[in-house]
Amino acid sequence: MLWDEKLVNRNAGLRAGEAPEKGRTISYTAALREALEYKMEQDPSVFLLGQGVDDPGGMFGVTRGFHEKFGRTRVFDTPVSEEGMTGICTGAAMEGMKPVYFHNRPDFWLLAFNQLVNHTSKIHYLDNGLTDVPLVMWAAIGRGWGSGAQHSQAIQGLLLSVPGLKIVMPSTPYDAKGLMITAIEDRNPVLIIEHRWLMKREGVVPQEPYRIPLGRGVYRRRGDALTVVGTSHAIDLALTAANQLAGEMEVEVIDLRTVKPLDEAILLESLRKTGRLMVVDTGWAMGGVCAEVGCLAAEKGFDLLKAPIRRVGLPDAPAPAGFSLEQLYFPSVATMKQAMRDVVLQSEVAKV
Amino acid sequence: MVKFRYKGGGIPQLRKDIEKYDSAFMKTLFQSLLRVRVIEDEVAAHYSEDQMKTPVHLAIGQEAVPVGCCAALKASDHVYCGHRTHGVYLAKGGDLNAMMSEFHCRANGCCGSRGGSMHLLDKSVGMMGSSAIVAGIIPIATGAALAAQMRGESKITAVFIGDAAVEEGAAWESMNFAALKKLPILYVCENNFYSVCSPLEVRQPEGAPIYRKAEAFGLYAEAIDGNNVLQVYEASKRAVEWIQSGRGPAFIEAYTYRWKGHHGGEDDTKLGYRSFAELAEWQQYDPVAMLQAVLIEKQWLTKQEVDSMREVLLREVAASFDHALKSPEPTIDELLTHVTCER
Repeated sequence: MLWDEKLVNRNAGLRAGEAPEKGRTISYTAALREALEYKMEQDPSVFLLGQGVDDPGGMFGVTRGFHEKFGRTRVFDTPVSEEGMTGICTGAAMEGMKPVYFHNRPDFWLLAFNQLVNHTSKIHYLDNGLTDVPLVMWAAIGRGWGSGAQHSQAIQGLLLSVPGLKIVMPSTPYDAKGLMITAIEDRNPVLIIEHRWLMKREGVVPQEPYRIPLGRGVYRRRGDALTVVGTSHAIDLALTAANQLAGEMEVEVIDLRTVKPLDEAILLESLRKTGRLMVVDTGWAMGGVCAEVGCLAAEKGFDLLKAPIRRVGLPDAPAPAGFSLEQLYFPSVATMKQAMRDVVLQSEVAKV
Repeated sequence: MVKFRYKGGGIPQLRKDIEKYDSAFMKTLFQSLLRVRVIEDEVAAHYSEDQMKTPVHLAIGQEAVPVGCCAALKASDHVYCGHRTHGVYLAKGGDLNAMMSEFHCRANGCCGSRGGSMHLLDKSVGMMGSSAIVAGIIPIATGAALAAQMRGESKITAVFIGDAAVEEGAAWESMNFAALKKLPILYVCENNFYSVCSPLEVRQPEGAPIYRKAEAFGLYAEAIDGNNVLQVYEASKRAVEWIQSGRGPAFIEAYTYRWKGHHGGEDDTKLGYRSFAELAEWQQYDPVAMLQAVLIEKQWLTKQEVDSMREVLLREVAASFDHALKSPEPTIDELLTHVTCER
C-alpha cells in the first residue's frame, strides 16, 4: 500500500540498537522467504495460501513468486473466506498437511475465531491426543496513515487465554526466520504476528536453516534499573528508548519473541535484579500481554517488586484513523522514555 | 397441524427400489439400520438414569441417512459430522464399547471422555471427527478433502450436517471453495425441518430449497426421501460417481424427521413447537419399519428372525453398558495432557 509504504521505509532506517554482529545482512522479508523456501523444498506437506500470496505484491514480498517455483497446487490465492479457509486449513492439517495461511493483517483473524478458538486449538485435546493440527497462521499488524480501528489491531491479547494455541511475535530478521521454521515444524497451531513497521528492517541472518525454540525470550539490553518486557514493534521502541536513557538509568530489555507460551524464567531472572517491571505491547493494555505478564510478576515475583508494575499498550479506545489523533494514540519512543522514568524515579522518590 | 409432510413414496417405492438388490445385500443393510435403532432406543431408555452425563442428540427416525450413505462409501472413505453423531459413527463401523464409554465419561471412551457424545471419533473405521458447533465441521471436512486431493488419494470425504447448518456462512465458504477446487467431498444434509424448536419456515424462505442453494454454488445436488434407505444409497452412489469422475463436490438433501426432542431421550412434542399429528405421520414412514415390512413381504426375513436379530442386538448393547459402567474414570493426571502436542 502506497500510503503506509513511507512509514515502513522510514522505520527500516532505524536500527534496533543491537550491537553490530558479524555476518550476512538481509531484510526481514528476505529472512522469511528463506525460511519458507527451505520448508517448502524440504517438506512436501507444507503449502502456502492466503489472499494475494501469488499476486505482484506477494504478501509484503514474503511469498512473491513462490507459485512459480512451487506450483499453484502448493501456493494458492484464496477466496475472501477467513472462517471457511481456517477450517479448511484445520482439516488439511488434521490429515497431516502443513498449511501456512497468510493474512494481510490480524484484524481479519477475527472472522476466523469460530474455527481457531472452537476447533483448531481444541482438536488435539478433544481427540485425546490422537490428532495433531500443525497449521501456521501469519499476519502483519497494520499501523498508521489512516489505517484506523479495523486495520491496525494487534489481537494477541484476545488469543492469549485460548488453550492449545501458540503465538509468536518476532522483531528481528534473525528471529523471524528461525521462528517461522520452528512454527512450521511444530505439531500445534502456531500464530505468527509480525509488524509492518519491521518488515524492511535488516539484520544478520545465517544462510543455513536454524530453529528458535518457542517460549524463549532474549535479552536485547542488560541493565539494573528496570526490566522492560514485550515483543514486536513495541519492544523495538522500548529498546530505542532504553538506549537513549543510557547514562541516566540502565534499563534491561527483554524481547519475549513468543507470547504463548510465555518465558516466565527470563522475566523472573531479570526482576530479581531490577525489582521494577514495565510491560510493553502493540495491543490494548487491558486484558492482554501487558496484563498477563504484569499479573504473572505480581503472582510469582511479588517479593522481588519494589515499584508498581507499569503497562504501555494501547488505550481502551479504538484506533483513530486521523493522523494527528494517531500520534496521540500509539506509544512512541518519547512516551516509552517517560514511562521508564516514571517507574524508576517514582520508586526512587518513594524511598525518600 | 402437520406443517412438514412426508413427500416420499413410502413402502410402495421401497418395494420398487428393492428389486435391484439381492437378499444378502438387503439383510446386511437392514441389520445396519436395526442396529442403530436398537442402540439409540436403549440410550434413550437409560438416559434418565443420569449415568451418561453428556448431551445426546439421537438419530431415532433419521437412521436411513447415515446407514444408506455409508453403504455407498468404502471402508477407506472418511466421514465427519455435526452434533448428531451416533448414527454416522455406528453406520461407519465405530466401536460400540468406545462410544458407550465416552457417553459414560470413562477414560477408555473414544475420546477419553474429553469429547462426549457431540465429539465422537473412530479413526480406525474412517469416522474422523465431529463438532458441536453447527456447521463447524463443514470447513474441516472440506480441508480433509483438500488434503486428499493434494496427495492424489482416491478417497471420498463425506460430511453429515442438518438443515440449520446451511444458515451459517462458513458452510457456503466451504462449498464455494470445494466447487472451485473440485474437491472430492460429499455434503449430506439431513433436513429434519427443526433446529431445536425452530421450524424451517422461520429460518429459510420458501422457494429456496437447500439443495438448490448448493446447486447455485456449483455442486451436483439432489433432494431425496431420507427415510428410504435405498434412495439414500442410490443417491450416494450417484454422488460418489460424480465426485470420482473429478467433476467436483456433491450435495444430497435428505428429508427425514427426528422422533425425540433435539437432544435427550424424551419426545418433547408436548412443548408445542410441533404437533403430535406431524410426528405420528412421519412415524408411519419409519425407515426401519418400512424396510422390515418389505423384507418380510418378500420372505427374505421372517418376524421371528427380526425378533432374534433384535435380541442379539439388545445383548450387545447391554454388554456395552456393562463395559462402560465398569470402566475407570479419568484421573487428575489426565486433565492437562494433550492440550498441546509436544512431540
